[in-house]
Amino acid sequence: MTETNPVSTPQTSHALTLAFAWLAVLVPLAWGVAQTVKKALALFG
Amino acid sequence: MAGLLSKERSVAGSNYNRWLIPPAALATHLCIGQAYAISVFNLPLTKELGISHSAPGDWKLTELGWIFTIAIFVLGASAALFGKWVQAEGPRKSGFVAALCWSIGFLVGALGIRLHQLWLVYLGYGVIGGCGLGIGYITPVSTLIAWFPDRRGMATGMAIMGFGGGALIASPLSDMLMKHFASATSTGVAATWLVLGLGYFVTMTAGAFGYRVPAPGWKPAGWVEPVKQRALITRENVTPAAAVHTPQFWLLWVVLCFNVTAGIGVLGQASAMIQEVFKGTITPSAAAGFVGLLSLFNMGGRFFWASLSDKIGRKATYACFFTLGTALYALVPFAGRSGSVAFFVACFCLILTMYGGGFATVPAYLADVFGPKYVSAVHGRLLTAWSAAGVFGPVLVNYIRQYQIDNGVPKYEAYSVTLFIMAGLLLIAFFANLAIKPVGEQHFEGREPLPNAKPEPEPA
Repeated sequence: MTETNPVSTPQTSHALTLAFAWLAVLVPLAWGVAQTVKKALALFG
Repeated sequence: MAGLLSKERSVAGSNYNRWLIPPAALATHLCIGQAYAISVFNLPLTKELGISHSAPGDWKLTELGWIFTIAIFVLGASAALFGKWVQAEGPRKSGFVAALCWSIGFLVGALGIRLHQLWLVYLGYGVIGGCGLGIGYITPVSTLIAWFPDRRGMATGMAIMGFGGGALIASPLSDMLMKHFASATSTGVAATWLVLGLGYFVTMTAGAFGYRVPAPGWKPAGWVEPVKQRALITRENVTPAAAVHTPQFWLLWVVLCFNVTAGIGVLGQASAMIQEVFKGTITPSAAAGFVGLLSLFNMGGRFFWASLSDKIGRKATYACFFTLGTALYALVPFAGRSGSVAFFVACFCLILTMYGGGFATVPAYLADVFGPKYVSAVHGRLLTAWSAAGVFGPVLVNYIRQYQIDNGVPKYEAYSVTLFIMAGLLLIAFFANLAIKPVGEQHFEGREPLPNAKPEPEPA
């Protein structure tokens, strides 16, 4: 009997690569957006 | 290394996920989008010698303004000049070259700041970095269009949104770095440029190696090319050399140039404008918040309008920009007089979404009109419109405003004339967009008449 480890399937590694690629660009962008919104609040404060 | 960067080595396998391409494109555009945040260095650069104050021999703001102008001019020129090369060599090599130029630009610029040689800053950031801007800007365009034939607008809009978003990251990051490196003997700008240059090189190189081109004949799973396309969408391709000889190219050039001119006119004066229109109500820090808010809408508009153009068509999208834009520009002076800050800000935010949307939708428009094969190269040539607007826009706005003030018009009123002129430019762009018709068959690749071709001799 052979057991397959779901973590090592190509689909899972593809999903992880995809998640990592998007997080790598979206996290800094979200930080930049948050900083800008914080600054913009002075306009209505 | 050369082999590793070749187009052939970057052809994707059959099970490659196309959603990995937009993050690679964003990695490039988020870095080069720093260009919009260059003004964050202006004030510290005027104190490089005096550190806490401007000393004799320190650079003036007018001299520093040229850094951005040169960079934007070189962006358009290099995109036009290297567009064909980018198309031929593929995104990996051009993305890597863009990373090299952009980071070397920062390093040479940092050296110029350290040695207090402004020409080195112009050469570094403006010329070398400007080449990185131009090559980097067009690098992902044709790759994204090839991977997303079903959503051309959304795909390119996502990448070009990164160019708008780059400043949102670069501005606070630069502030933090300058504070970290500042000392009694330094403003910290040179060290900040050094760190940014290295950081951008790593990020853009990672993006460059993330690019893949689809195998010939690849199509998205389950997608069938519509039998009946919109009138403007061609199935053929027009070479860049032939494209510039079509009226469609020059009409699109006018469309982009006037849309950018109008937007730049607002962006450059936004802070001063809101403070003068609402004198005593809006503080300088609130005005800075207004500029930040405009950048946010500029970025959001890139994704929103470009995605919407997939549904309603490119021509209709630009028609929206120019009808709504003309109305809003004409309305803003009244919004100012009404005393409502919220109404005034809302008008400008909406205007800025269309400024960004104009940039982001144009690659898909070009792919529709001239075919997807040479879109990066044609887009590169079209970006000369941006160079022209970058010089023409601020000159036009500043000259008219100054003329008004010199003739006794109050400062807050002087903006009204500028805004009405912007509305007029958008009206011209509206008619240019309306005049765009499908490209004639004689311009399609393989059907152009050969130069100096002699007619075939009649059979005897």
